[in-house]
Amino acid sequence: MLSLLLLPACEQAREDRLAGSIQIVGDSIPQPLDGKSGDPVRGQQVFVSREDGHCVLCHQVGSLDAEFQGNVGPALTGIGARLTAGQIRYRIVDAQGIWPDTVMPSYYRTGDLRQVGNEYSGKPALGAQQIEDIVAFLETQTN
Amino acid sequence: MPADIRSGYEFLQPETQSLQDDDFANPGFLWIDKGETLFNQHPDNGKRACASCHTEDIRSIADAAAHYPAIDEQTGKLVNLEGRINLCRERYQDLPPLEYESDDLLGLTAYISSLARGVPIAVDITGPARKYFDAGEDYFFLRKGQFNLACSQCHNEHWGDKLRGDTISQGHGNAFPAYRMEWQTFGSLHRRLRDCDTGIRAEPLEYGSETYTAVELYLAKRAEGLAMESPGIRR
Ligand code: HEC
Ligand code: HEC
Ligand code: HEC
Repeated sequence: MLSLLLLPACEQAREDRLAGSIQIVGDSIPQPLDGKSGDPVRGQQVFVSREDGHCVLCHQVGSLDAEFQGNVGPALTGIGARLTAGQIRYRIVDAQGIWPDTVMPSYYRTGDLRQVGNEYSGKPALGAQQIEDIVAFLETQTN
Repeated sequence: MPADIRSGYEFLQPETQSLQDDDFANPGFLWIDKGETLFNQHPDNGKRACASCHTEDIRSIADAAAHYPAIDEQTGKLVNLEGRINLCRERYQDLPPLEYESDDLLGLTAYISSLARGVPIAVDITGPARKYFDAGEDYFFLRKGQFNLACSQCHNEHWGDKLRGDTISQGHGNAFPAYRMEWQTFGSLHRRLRDCDTGIRAEPLEYGSETYTAVELYLAKRAEGLAMESPGIRR
């Protein structure tokens, strides 16, 4: 995978734009954000709710019966069996670090952005706890 | 740029399409009727009514809406229909400009747009219009907001895909001004653009701003040949 070949300097720039001090290893963020531990039940809430993650805007998950799930992104059914927690975490934190042209927003990033709405300026889209909760929820999606 | 141009109409539910098609049920006609009245009304100050300068044979505006935004020759600046209406009020009627999104300005814009229903969009992007077209195109491809997305990523690369309940269209402006169910009222194209910018958590630009007007020109050129549809109905 291309991201594994990136030079350390480049990795540094990708780390600098994130909302906290975070270590990226290849295509993964192995350590939980802020050392928080996630809760899958809350994670499902964050994943679905319009005010929080609202991931269903673009993704389907087989185990959910939420109405009108989107298909802009791939279905995340079985994602817990395909990716490690660290890989899932990096994809939520900064999907654009992995796929520079993706439409998937980066949820834990505050740098290298323009014309950010005043009420969101300097803040990440989701908090560390919310992201850990989603990671925990997606890890349970193994089939 | 999508290879075959498709109106947002094609991505609507059949019920929404029928509402747009039925002139008696389409709520946009409330604004058109208001606009038609204003168009024919003589201002209190003794100046001429819009209708007395713009009759069918003198300076007809029958399909003007399909050719806007356009350069105003007196100032060399790009104006959209809303801007043109306000210029005529100031220049020829000694009246103050109408506020963006006021029922009066929406009404006049809706009335003039409705005259051009079915007319294919064709705008001039040569000469002084060129720099506006370029600025509009830049904005369309600019990634911005907390979500760091560009118009092009949704409307060029993902049209036809489902963003929850909505099917993403190609993002044409031909239905505007339009009635949006989410607004429960009629609104301008700039209001729609503000919603798209707000959706990606970008700070929206002012109504009538030069940049949104430039985007409007870019969108019109991009949709060239597509039929004017205002008053559209959208989700
Ligand atoms: C606007 C659309 C959009 C939203 C909103 C979105 N995603 Fe994504 N997501 C994508 C796309 C598109 C991809 C595929 C990456 C690519 O190639 O562009 C993706 C990929 C992923 C992947 C990797 C899937 C795989 O099989 O490798 C995960 C995990 C993921 N998203 C989780 C999330 C979570 C969790 C949220 C909400 C917090 C979210 N996404 C919100 C569009 C979106
Ligand atoms: C995250 C995705 C996304 C982004 C980014 C986005 N839009 Fe949209 N846009 C939508 C959705 C969803 C709709 C409503 C459904 C439709 O018509 O596409 C919409 C509607 C529109 C419409 C109305 C189309 C119609 O027929 O009613 C226009 C015009 C438009 N967008 C232009 C833009 C422009 C210009 C930008 C950038 C300033 C932009 N959009 C950015 C998702 C997006
Ligand atoms: C005294 C004459 C006069 C009055 C009154 C007047 N206009 Fe105009 N209108 C013009 C002239 C002249 C132009 C050409 C642009 C210019 O020179 O300002 C024009 C241009 C326009 C155009 C653009 C036509 C095109 O093809 O580019 C529209 C639309 C328009 N007027 C609408 C209106 C509306 C709506 C009103 C009332 C609010 C109005 N006008 C009142 C004289 C008038």
